[in-house]
Amino acid sequence: MSTAPQNEPRTSPTPSGAVALPSVGARGRARSGTTTDVALVATFAAFIAVCALLPSIPVAGIPVPITLQTFGVLLAGVVLGPRRGAAAVGLYLAVGLAGMPVFAQATGGLAVVAKPSFGYLIAFPLAAALAGYVASLARRVRPALRPFVLFGAAMSGSLVFIHPIGIAVMGWRLDLDPGAAIALGATFVPGDVIKNMLVAVVAAAIFRAFPDMLRVRR
Amino acid sequence: MITFESVAVRAESTPGAPDVTILAGVDLHLVERRVAVVGANGSGKSTLARLVNGLVLPTDGRVLVDGLDTARDGAAIRRRVGFVFTDPDAQLVMPTPREDVALSLRRLTLDAAERAERVHGVLARFGLAAHAEVSVHALSGGQKQLLALAGVLATEPAILVCDEPTTLLDLRWRRVVDELLDSLDQQVVLVTHDLDAAARADRVLVVDGGRIVADGDAWGAIETYRDRMAVR
Amino acid sequence: MSRRRRSPWIGPLGLYSPGSTPLHRAPVGAKLTALALLGLAVVLVRGPVGALALLAVAAAAAAVARQPARATLTGLVPVLATAAGLAAFQWWQQGLAAAIEVSVDLLTLVVAAGVVTATTPADRMLDALERAARPLRHVGLRPESFALSVALMLRTVPALVQTAAEVRDAARARGLERNPRALLVPAAVRTVARARTTGAALAARGLGE
Repeated sequence: MSTAPQNEPRTSPTPSGAVALPSVGARGRARSGTTTDVALVATFAAFIAVCALLPSIPVAGIPVPITLQTFGVLLAGVVLGPRRGAAAVGLYLAVGLAGMPVFAQATGGLAVVAKPSFGYLIAFPLAAALAGYVASLARRVRPALRPFVLFGAAMSGSLVFIHPIGIAVMGWRLDLDPGAAIALGATFVPGDVIKNMLVAVVAAAIFRAFPDMLRVRR
Repeated sequence: MITFESVAVRAESTPGAPDVTILAGVDLHLVERRVAVVGANGSGKSTLARLVNGLVLPTDGRVLVDGLDTARDGAAIRRRVGFVFTDPDAQLVMPTPREDVALSLRRLTLDAAERAERVHGVLARFGLAAHAEVSVHALSGGQKQLLALAGVLATEPAILVCDEPTTLLDLRWRRVVDELLDSLDQQVVLVTHDLDAAARADRVLVVDGGRIVADGDAWGAIETYRDRMAVR
Repeated sequence: MSRRRRSPWIGPLGLYSPGSTPLHRAPVGAKLTALALLGLAVVLVRGPVGALALLAVAAAAAAVARQPARATLTGLVPVLATAAGLAAFQWWQQGLAAAIEVSVDLLTLVVAAGVVTATTPADRMLDALERAARPLRHVGLRPESFALSVALMLRTVPALVQTAAEVRDAARARGLERNPRALLVPAAVRTVARARTTGAALAARGLGE
């Protein structure tokens, strides 16, 4: 009757081995609600910075290693929801523009405004917000189908905002004709499909470890 | 003085599934200076600790600290009750020790000079003055836990709740932190797996399966705990 | 003494290094404005000579702030590598002048941003940002949370880098280093777990009210 293991299922060990306290229901979570939002937003902004700064990772099966900046941006949107996701990306951009080198290749400061790739940065918060909004639909489907909805959410962010705005600004800055700009921009799309599949897999794992992250969306 | 009045905490685990009971039927009146809480992983002892400063609110019943209800007077409760977590890394917010302690003092309205002086005093008291400007990330685990304690004690709370503060530390740092906790004037509620530390408490609570199964002086309670943990 | 485990490329993210030079004592707002103006100058000033002159300005600022030359250069190694790659590409594409300008501009901004970080304690940076963010109150953003978020983000970056390294080692130990799932899932789950603990810790310290 008194051995420990029978109590174990109360808290579910997360894949990392850390034990998550069961999230306490509506009455219980009032207190740390806003501070948890601040912490999630700041931590995901840091996560995006690390994704942008880390050397690109090798993926079995494709020759070119992939960089993770847009992975971080869309994961923030999908995991946190539209407002907190956009806030995390906005915080990341604000800190980068203020002069901390947190953008890809350790750049930062106002110089990025002048670069042809600035359109991609402008598109990030919008993409995170849209991805977060669409990802909320994953609540309504069976867990087995969730990764597909999450992939769709990430793809919508890429296709509606990141590529169109990124390509438009690049074409304008480099004085390219629209066809050439689109062709140049389209070279990133296959990599994005792989990254967005990773977003879906990782976000699904997070929602399994912390089910309330899918329930409480802001 | 901490009072639990028929407190229960239930939480939803997976959507649609029935709520899990994390703690039930807790009635306590804690006036002792040193209270230890022991129990297995997942027994509900961390939730018990979090109830004291309103990080978790009871589903049923209420928790009172010096007459204040944790559900109604959250801000006042957290000025009165400090809380230290197991992993100091997640608790330290600012890049350097000096700034982290300064952050704690933000809500006391002090001018810059007063604040700097208080910060220096607190760091000196915890033996961290030499590390004031070092990256928090570069501190050892033990130094980080001391800093977490410094950040919490800087505002001089009346009660200190510690959730397994020494679990991640080596023996030497464990002793440093234990001695520091023993030396405090505050009422201390210590959640721990370290039975030697529990044995020094004035009162020991044993939590198992979401209930208080033993409550009394260190000797009797720890015997009960050893019995329950015995593998059969 | 304390062990310092820092990947070199966190270098420019830097940390405050205490001192009493004029740059340490200068108001934060002035330093941020100067950095912004330098950024603008880098964009507006064309040609390799102008670029080198601006790099000299940034280097002079680093000297005034008494930045140890050796540590600064070590921190700059990855940026130097990027700058060299960029220079080679531009040389091939647009000639030597463009190559010098683009790569030197990059160095200028990284050095200058590093000087601002190294001479400004984060809490003073926060106070400045809090003042700057005050108008955002009207759109429902609390300036204190903004300032706190900035500090928390900067403090979290090195910790997440360490997490990433640990996760990478763990994946390597199991022969999974080419499996992005084995790298990203544990890193992301630990990131969320860390954020939630930090949120509870902030609430416990009374910083949410």
